[in-house]
Amino acid sequence: MKSIALMHERSNGLGGGFAAYGIYPEYADHYAMHVFYDSLSHRLTAEEFINEHFDVDTSEMIHTRRVKTINNPPLIWRYFVQPKKTKIVSSGLTEEDYIVACVMKINSCYEGAYIFSSGKNMGAFKGVGYPEDIGEFYRLDEYKGYIWTAHGRFPTNTPGWWGGAHPFTLLDWSIVHNGEISSYDANRRFLEMFGYKCTLQTDTEVITYIFDYLMRKQGLSIDLTVATVAAPLWKEIDRMEEGQKETIKALRTVYSSLLVNGPFSIILGTRNGIVALNDRIKLRNMVAATKGDFLYVASEESGIREICPDPEKVWVPKGGEPVIGLLEGVNQII
Amino acid sequence: MNLNYAMPQFIIDRNRDRCIDCKVCVNQCANEAHIYDEEEGRVISDDSRCIGCHRCVALCPTRALSVRKYPLEYREHHTWTASDIDLIYKQAASGGILLTGMGTDKNYRIYWDHLLLNASQVTNPSIDPLREPMELKTFLGRKPDSLIFKNGRLLEELPPQLELEVPIMFSAMSFGSISLNAHKSLARAAEEVGTFYNTGEGGLHRDLYRYGNNTIVQVASGRFGVHQGYLKAGAAVEIKIGQGAKPGIGGHLPGEKVGKEVSLTRMIPMGSDAISPAPHHDIYSIEDLRQLIYALKEATNYERPVSVKIAAVHNVAAIASGIARAGADIIAIDGFRAGTGATPLRTRDNVGIPIELALAAVDFRLREEGIRNQVSLVIGGSIRNSADIVKAIALGADAVYIGTAALIALGCHMCQQCYTGKCNWGIATQDPNLVKRLNPDIGAKRAANLLRAWAHEIKELLGGMGINALESLRGNRLMLRGVNLSEKELEILGVKHAGE
Amino acid sequence: MKRVYAKEDVCAGCKLCEVHCIVAHSEYPGDIIKAFKKGTRPVSRVIVEENRPISFALQCRHCDDAPCTKACITGAMHRDPETGIVTNREERCVGCWTCILACPFGAIRRDETGRKVASKCDLCSKTDGVPVCVANCPNDALIFEDRN
Repeated sequence: MKSIALMHERSNGLGGGFAAYGIYPEYADHYAMHVFYDSLSHRLTAEEFINEHFDVDTSEMIHTRRVKTINNPPLIWRYFVQPKKTKIVSSGLTEEDYIVACVMKINSCYEGAYIFSSGKNMGAFKGVGYPEDIGEFYRLDEYKGYIWTAHGRFPTNTPGWWGGAHPFTLLDWSIVHNGEISSYDANRRFLEMFGYKCTLQTDTEVITYIFDYLMRKQGLSIDLTVATVAAPLWKEIDRMEEGQKETIKALRTVYSSLLVNGPFSIILGTRNGIVALNDRIKLRNMVAATKGDFLYVASEESGIREICPDPEKVWVPKGGEPVIGLLEGVNQII
Repeated sequence: MNLNYAMPQFIIDRNRDRCIDCKVCVNQCANEAHIYDEEEGRVISDDSRCIGCHRCVALCPTRALSVRKYPLEYREHHTWTASDIDLIYKQAASGGILLTGMGTDKNYRIYWDHLLLNASQVTNPSIDPLREPMELKTFLGRKPDSLIFKNGRLLEELPPQLELEVPIMFSAMSFGSISLNAHKSLARAAEEVGTFYNTGEGGLHRDLYRYGNNTIVQVASGRFGVHQGYLKAGAAVEIKIGQGAKPGIGGHLPGEKVGKEVSLTRMIPMGSDAISPAPHHDIYSIEDLRQLIYALKEATNYERPVSVKIAAVHNVAAIASGIARAGADIIAIDGFRAGTGATPLRTRDNVGIPIELALAAVDFRLREEGIRNQVSLVIGGSIRNSADIVKAIALGADAVYIGTAALIALGCHMCQQCYTGKCNWGIATQDPNLVKRLNPDIGAKRAANLLRAWAHEIKELLGGMGINALESLRGNRLMLRGVNLSEKELEILGVKHAGE
Repeated sequence: MKRVYAKEDVCAGCKLCEVHCIVAHSEYPGDIIKAFKKGTRPVSRVIVEENRPISFALQCRHCDDAPCTKACITGAMHRDPETGIVTNREERCVGCWTCILACPFGAIRRDETGRKVASKCDLCSKTDGVPVCVANCPNDALIFEDRN
């Protein structure tokens, strides 16, 4: 929070948020659904759907504290749920696809209800306001996690609203994103062929789905996913050795609609670690640093030094070159 | 019946002060509109023979010539226009079908001109193509739904793909409808720039086999010039079901154009009419098409993508979906403004639908069915410039075919008389006197220049939108806004109105 | 040496080479209209040979061993030993046409528009550039190059 507070000038008070992993150890096997409701009646309608599709273990209002600058928050609810096994079977989907389908259903068909977090042992906390105020509002000082990402927003394309703040999450994925992608509609229209519904009109949503599609559905490794999203230039591919050339060429042929174009720097979080990535020609700033077994990534070095004044190593990753931080004992990001 | 009611279409203005009676116009006009009067020792003109091809104007060394519309004014009438009247005179005299060449000249709405492109301002930087890489590479062919890797290496090879350095190909124009020199020009330009030209339905002349890597060989209803060597000679095979300028009807190459070379290439006797039936007589349904697609894949060892070309007709979206499911790797759609060497005028001007709407509908339908990623979509029919191409790709095309624009690059002046075989520019003719006028060295250079110039412009436009690879524009309809379009048109195009 | 070569396969038979040759060797080499309309108009030194569809422009080949120079009775026909260009020094020419008989290509013509002289291509050597027939061919059917 201290770090993102320093970045106050990079946002305009219309969106701030955090994602944290490892915060619900007591419910580690449950999907933690964080939901915004416009009103009680919206909640009741949506809960009918939730109760029909999930076994709800706990249903509660998320604890918040009053902060002067945070006005008119929606109803913010939290459920720890398990999907109904019989429903999964009859849907013919995998468990994860089932969760995704339910989230998509609520978010696109239930007015006044929006699921903004749906992973296990992780959660997003976001809203309209400066990130440091949002953190205060959600009482984040009371949570303990092993990965934290934070974001301050300066919305340009869509109005600032609670659901539109970052991080954007789906299952265990969380993404914070700085930039505006020019390939949005090309990416969106490709994804929508495969059941994704882009309801937010935000780049971040699309980027999240791209990672979900490539890594979870297509089973690509993080390296190949990165080589799709921030693909090497053809002149670089021409210089690669044969096998690799074939691989990258195939990625760019088959998944060409998933190249993310335009400036972006993103931090992707999963339960296993984080991946930070810039667009392939580095139109956005991003700095990484390490100290001990801590990895820091931020838009500006000052954001890192604010919480880690003497990092051992500080570097500026190249465009399209991912910075990957994995938990101890884990060898894959998913 | 001595009186010819048809009035001249053009008037040839000869500036006597400038004319030096050098006879260049006389020897260049295949229509004999310029005549040298031996007795008077001077060149005179016969306006009634002028078809407005401008060959004389371009070659006149003293700029003594100009060609204007014939200043004949019928009494104004909104229903009975001059063209309606003239065409009735023509048919009353001939008793025949009206023939014409090139695409429709009617004033139908050109949707390209009602679509505007986006550019980046502030929130997203535009990219300068002179400083930053800008990629236009495009692959046409079937894409699998997923790729399988082991240790980062591809396990299964991709189906065959055409690799284009620019998203522009030369559309099908047969040897017969156009000259060998025109074919040579296009073949060489395609090779030079890294794209493809299409043989059309007239087979592949033996001199052009060496451009096979840049050739799409077409198989049409007449099967002219089709044999195993031909199929394997190209980089892809295209089945022509129909073309935009004459949907639903076949082709007819008159016997007088079937000289020795055309005869050898088409594998038909010299002087015989080459008639392509309206349908393929082995395709009466979608499953028959599937058989032909797979027959061609078999014949080429599954090493060549197979394209199916159709005219944009009312039900184009459903047809395209069927073609994708029938196994085609590429679907080519030809809009109703597309050109041709010869077509019945009433068909050209009244059958089919605009390519912009057809493209939008097909792309939408294929996405709705979740199969858009599997096939490539190529469109053609009145692509006039690089902006049209950018708009086509934003609407959802992978690449475009250009025919008329390519011929204009070779010197075509759009006189629409291709069907007469007297093309003064050496393009749409088999007359050896005229064919010589198109030097393939010059033609190849000009056609390649056009592709390069358009590639530069596409890069500029992409950079303006903050995009540095063409694939990020494909189907990216948010980059488009409509102007002066109805709700329905916007809905079909899938674009917002300007200001939204 | 650089010579003019014809590409028969792309000669359109327009004869613009002839027109421009006449202009270049007229009293008004810079003005095509005056060249044709005023004074005496010289004959073209390049001739488009035609037997349709064959056509090509022919002019003096500037033979290394030019028979015309040997046949010339006055020494008017002359081959420049440095440039290899064969020219007719018209002030010496008496119009006997022996050169025409000797030329194996038929590339020398009678010019009887003024004083009777033999007329032949001089490769536009007075202008030092590309011969006008080559420069003005609309279809690159004439090329000026050294093929040795």
